[in-house]
Amino acid sequence: MAEIHVEVVAADRSIWSGEAAMVIARTLSGDIGIMPSHEPVLGVLQSGPVTVRTTEGGTVVVAVHGGFLSFADNKLSILAEIAELAEEIDVARAERALERSRSEADAAAERRAEVRLAAAAGAH
Amino acid sequence: MGAQIRVYKRRIRSVTATKKITKAMEMIAASRIVKAQRQVAASSPYADELTRAVTAVATGSNTKHPLTTEADNPTRAAVLLVTSDRGLAGGYSSNAIKAADRLTERLRAEGKEVDSYIVGRKGLAYYGFRERTVAQSWTGFSDSPSYADAKAVATPLIASVLADSAEGGVDELYIVFTEFVSMMTQTPVDRRLLPLAISDDAEGGAELSKQPQAKPLYEFEPSAEGVLDALLPRYVESRIYNALLQAAASEHAARRRAMKSATDNAEDLIKSLTRLANAARQADITQEISEIVGGASALADANAGSD
Repeated sequence: MAEIHVEVVAADRSIWSGEAAMVIARTLSGDIGIMPSHEPVLGVLQSGPVTVRTTEGGTVVVAVHGGFLSFADNKLSILAEIAELAEEIDVARAERALERSRSEADAAAERRAEVRLAAAAGAH
Repeated sequence: MGAQIRVYKRRIRSVTATKKITKAMEMIAASRIVKAQRQVAASSPYADELTRAVTAVATGSNTKHPLTTEADNPTRAAVLLVTSDRGLAGGYSSNAIKAADRLTERLRAEGKEVDSYIVGRKGLAYYGFRERTVAQSWTGFSDSPSYADAKAVATPLIASVLADSAEGGVDELYIVFTEFVSMMTQTPVDRRLLPLAISDDAEGGAELSKQPQAKPLYEFEPSAEGVLDALLPRYVESRIYNALLQAAASEHAARRRAMKSATDNAEDLIKSLTRLANAARQADITQEISEIVGGASALADANAGSD
């Protein structure tokens, strides 16, 4: 079975790498699902959760804040300034951050916290 | 105890105390090099992937972007100089500053105006003392830069490249930092970050032309321009981040070497001072003996005379 080799890379570290059957991400023009033998694509990602269906049948969710995906030859790289695995996300802290950003009307921080919570919810 | 010995003993004590400090700094720097090197290594997958993506867009589309097109007649350039916040690192900062001076000289000779941007307190102090104008400076993170620091540095630089040169914008962006070659060797280098050189003969953008194989034809989401718009600033940020990390590693390595030679010097000094102190003690003893002997014989002579 064809598979995609996925690398999720943040600016300061490598987050996750492995084989996947499908990857779903959100670009500026909408959600994109990538399966093996997709045409080469280079897209700008919106902040949001990226879902990776691994070949073993598991699901890996990564919260991505601003970044790109590039796909060619069944190799997919997801680059993000900040990226976190859903299981690394501290839900309580993200909720607190959401509260705080709402009260301070900080749209960017609010969006970050929402993305974290959405990713964490997707994984559990 | 003779006055001479006391002076030597005091100096030995003070050199020993200094040696302890330099030894401690040497060990701290040595442990931080490893950490800094690890950070450089951890940031390279991102930089590599980003370089690949930029190459793909730049070669795979005919899009013209202000960050990739060379100005017909470049008149203004920005130079970002990376130095350290703290001293006691041998020639680390001054070597970088010299490299920046050489580059500035060269650019001026080519008839370009140069804007200086500085990272690190040492570089800032050097420029401040000589009353040179600094367009912008950042301090406080030279020994462990984070990506957010790199972003803070990159943002105004990108803005000024995008701006028109008539309105204070620049046509070219250079970065001068100390490249970490190995534990023993760090060399100050200057690189041109922008405009990106994508042709084969470019030395500044050498990384971009290393892939001879055919590139896949990419589909761009949302568009080639959109991708390039978002990609290039990230690329510059990541290059600056990488430069900052390498500079941090070089700083620690330079400090370790400087402190190692300071410790060695202190050891030599202690050794020679101990020799001198021993000689002084011996001279004191010899003098005392000769005084006693002299006194005794004088006494004996006096007694013999009175009999």
